[in-house]
Amino acid sequence: MTRFIIIRLLQTVVALIGIIILVFFMVRISGNPILFMMSPLSTPEQILIMQQQLGLDKSYATQFWIYIKDLVRGDLGESFIKRIPVSDMIGKALPNTLKLGVPSFIIGIIMSIALGVLAATRRDSIFDNGMKFLAILGQALPGFWIALMAMLIFSVYWQILPAAGMGGIKNYILPVGTMLFFMLPGMMRLVRSTMLDVLDSEYIKLARIKGLPERTVIWKHALRNAIISPMTVAGMMLAGIVGGAVITENIFNWPGMGKLAVESTIGRDFPVVQIITIIVAIMVLGMNLLVDIAYAYVDPQIRYQRS
Amino acid sequence: MVTNVEVKPKHQYRGLTQWGRIFRNLGMILPAAIFALLIFTAIFANFLAPFPYDETSLTERRQPPAWVEGGSTKHFLGTDTLGRDILSRAIYGARISLSVSLLAIAITASIGTTLGIVAGYMGGRIDAFIMRVTDIAMAFPGLLLAILIAVSLGPGFFTVIFALSILGWSGYARIIRGEALRIRNSDYVAQAQIIGVSPWRIMLRHIFPNILNILIIGITLSVGTMILAESAMSYLGIGIPPPMPSWGSMVSDGRNDLDRAWWISTFPGICIGLVVLSGNFLGDWIRDKMDPRLRQM
Repeated sequence: MTRFIIIRLLQTVVALIGIIILVFFMVRISGNPILFMMSPLSTPEQILIMQQQLGLDKSYATQFWIYIKDLVRGDLGESFIKRIPVSDMIGKALPNTLKLGVPSFIIGIIMSIALGVLAATRRDSIFDNGMKFLAILGQALPGFWIALMAMLIFSVYWQILPAAGMGGIKNYILPVGTMLFFMLPGMMRLVRSTMLDVLDSEYIKLARIKGLPERTVIWKHALRNAIISPMTVAGMMLAGIVGGAVITENIFNWPGMGKLAVESTIGRDFPVVQIITIIVAIMVLGMNLLVDIAYAYVDPQIRYQRS
Repeated sequence: MVTNVEVKPKHQYRGLTQWGRIFRNLGMILPAAIFALLIFTAIFANFLAPFPYDETSLTERRQPPAWVEGGSTKHFLGTDTLGRDILSRAIYGARISLSVSLLAIAITASIGTTLGIVAGYMGGRIDAFIMRVTDIAMAFPGLLLAILIAVSLGPGFFTVIFALSILGWSGYARIIRGEALRIRNSDYVAQAQIIGVSPWRIMLRHIFPNILNILIIGITLSVGTMILAESAMSYLGIGIPPPMPSWGSMVSDGRNDLDRAWWISTFPGICIGLVVLSGNFLGDWIRDKMDPRLRQM
């Protein structure tokens, strides 16, 4: 087991280093930020001074060396456009994203488990088919469109919910609903299908023969075994939530990481883009690592296969 | 022996009436019809659209659809902020959605299949290397990379395809590697190795035909994903540049007019939903026919 964890940890670090290198060159292919930041009337000398201030006059090799050195020291650099430390910008945006992401994640997990289990135990009932219909619809309709339609109904016609910005609890309803829309359908269907497999197994039959109450059989014995499979896709789900956050924050004008990411990329604010990408990558890779370890802990076959 | 446990058969046989059978097949006929309509519309957009997609008319801005008060049958689905006919733009939009997604799928499926087979069959260091790269591709936030690419290359048709392809192959690579790994241990591959068939030939002639099922299922299931991804890019303004109509950018066009012209955003969204829905249904149906054990894909 230790061997497996060490190998997986090393692989994760290698992948992270790959992303750190990749993002440095990716942002630099995207063009010279100076041209965006200065008026067309500025003289070549002014442009040169600006480039020196930002450190863009140095060769790529030197820039790369500085970038790695700063990262190792924990210095996240300074925004090209706002001229404030990137850590300050992240420090402001990250809590806003978490305020949106954490409730969505928790509600999403609870709802997908509850609905998935209910659908599985009432297989082919009206409830099951209704949920299936909603899930299929949810996977087919674009999230940004659903968000706009919700805005149209609740903010324009009925005027009971605010359309954008942060503030009171009412401001959370539409964005959190949109985030849930990105997560729920896939998770719910996965919980349902694994639950169906588990309910069909011998130990569930045994639990029933023993005469345990149906509630204990389903919510204790079956659910515990059914939860493993959805757990393995948690990493991919997190990547999906990041994408969902980018769209949701931009629609509802929510000052979080997703909005910052789009703005800084379009403005070619290299230091900000680099750090955001690295943070997201750490989150997703870390999640995958945790899931793999937890999964290997539960299922010994995987431990031996991979190492 | 009598127990109080009722064990139901897993799949109950249900006698289907004629109507029942038609209703059941409707789940396949309807999506297939919508998809056929999409292809037809995409090919013959020039003949079907009543107006050019970029014809603006300042006197006919924000006209409501025909059945709403103030609307006329001239512009059946109404007009947008610049007075362009929404029906015509939606018809041309079919062309964009279909061509972008098909090209992106062709590229991602080829790259993913090649890497997956090579990784699965070769094993060892090659496998480890390819799988690490796949891990990176899967952990990279796709939308952020797409924005980066669009900004660097400038928005355009091929930029969108490139952005969708650069990470999209990873899903194929992972699934197909697993299959190739399984087939590698089969007897017929061992026999081919014994009589001295070269590795490349084994991969092409013995492994590739056996992963075709999974590949076809993966391709049909990804049509919807690709169309959604393209529309999301176009919605954020980094996809197909104006005045070419993409359903995603059409939804975005109506964003600031939600309060006075709901139809601008509504109809293109319905188009996306209908097409993706039928794509997913067809994918599910093909999967169930070809390989029911892949339910989790």
